[in-house]
Amino acid sequence: MDFLQPVTWAEALEAKAAHPDAVPIAGGTDVMVGLNFGHLRPALLLDLTRVADLRDWAVTDGAVRLGAGVSYARVISELGDRLPGLAMASRTIGSPQIRNRGTVAGNLATASPAGDAHPALLAAGAEVEVASVRGTRRIPIDDFYTGVKRNAMDGDELITAVHVVPPSGPQQYSKIGTRNAMVISVAAFGLALHPDRRAVGTGIGSAAPTPRRAPAAEEFLAGELDSSGLWESRAELPEATIARFGELVAAAAAPIDDVRGSARYRVHALSVMARRALTWAWADHRSATQEA
Amino acid sequence: MRLTCTVNGTEQHVDDVWEGESLLYVLRERMGLPGSKNACEQGECGSCTVYLDGLPVCACLVAAGQAEGRQVGTVEGLADPEALHPVQQAFLDAGAVQCGFCTPGLLVATHDLITRHGRPSDAETREALAGNLCRCTGYEKILDAVRLAADRMAEPTAGGDR
Repeated sequence: MDFLQPVTWAEALEAKAAHPDAVPIAGGTDVMVGLNFGHLRPALLLDLTRVADLRDWAVTDGAVRLGAGVSYARVISELGDRLPGLAMASRTIGSPQIRNRGTVAGNLATASPAGDAHPALLAAGAEVEVASVRGTRRIPIDDFYTGVKRNAMDGDELITAVHVVPPSGPQQYSKIGTRNAMVISVAAFGLALHPDRRAVGTGIGSAAPTPRRAPAAEEFLAGELDSSGLWESRAELPEATIARFGELVAAAAAPIDDVRGSARYRVHALSVMARRALTWAWADHRSATQEA
Repeated sequence: MRLTCTVNGTEQHVDDVWEGESLLYVLRERMGLPGSKNACEQGECGSCTVYLDGLPVCACLVAAGQAEGRQVGTVEGLADPEALHPVQQAFLDAGAVQCGFCTPGLLVATHDLITRHGRPSDAETREALAGNLCRCTGYEKILDAVRLAADRMAEPTAGGDR
């Protein structure tokens, strides 16, 4: 096994182009488990922790450009105000030790359906910036997840950054597991209300081969909010609307039975989490008007 | 490959490091520092918690080469030659140690917690130590130890120098 430690992004991309089977490592919270247990024996380990370009985040064109090397701990401490949904998801991840190392980009690279950042990224409509020696491209989050632990990247590409637009409305995140810390989620749900474009964003985790949105639920809720003038009136949401939203979120899932939970439980849990998340988010939306 | 890093303030060089091995393996098997414990090897248990450039991390999840040139702090670096660190003494005094396997990781995590928070609330302690599993104590004595250490460190005369 070789170990390469590029210092510049150009060197990293050249290395990945020359060795498409190289395994990139940053926080190591997935890769090292594979190495420690003998499941992963790459010819080349490509350490990205020395690439200074990846370490920071900045606001560009109205969006937060989150460098691939920014840890969950920093998302929580530095971006809780700008990216509330992603910060909420980040707080549920692992333990302090894991959050000090793990990154959103690592979550994307692994592309596990249980990755905690995915529902928040889907609900917010994030974009993944990937690069290779051939150039840079941005992949909309909806097109990024292509299968169980598969994503839309080519063999010579690396994740540069994730672009997330700070929300115009409330965001919520909910996750079910056996305890608060150190769990792979049984099911997770992310919600974003976008009053500026009168839209609703959702994200489902651990309940389908890939993280996915619930488009029918989004359209239903956006339609109800629109037709009843609720975006402006900020009146209480009808119980029937909340219940129907939960049903439609659950209907978008395609879970399996596994050691963490049954498919039936996951579907039920999603309907509950969706109702709760909507209730919390709508309360946030209503209280925002009183402050304004 | 050769690895050079600073461990507990001393520069260490080790040779013949396998590229896929963890910082934990390097510390225990190549540097003779077995304080950090090897339990789950997947970041679940916190027994191998060490400081890497000032941040508590699971040494089992750091590739050896990632520590090149970095500052590593292990449980062996907490005490000074004359006395245990107040956190260590508090764990002893509170009876927070049973089999002892989780203790080194908890000591480092607690050291970090009190260094950053001073006197943490119980909720902050539970959150900060959520990545450190203990299968013996039921955690109550560990919470006692954290409170005791925080009190003593807030008043250095009661618990020795930090």
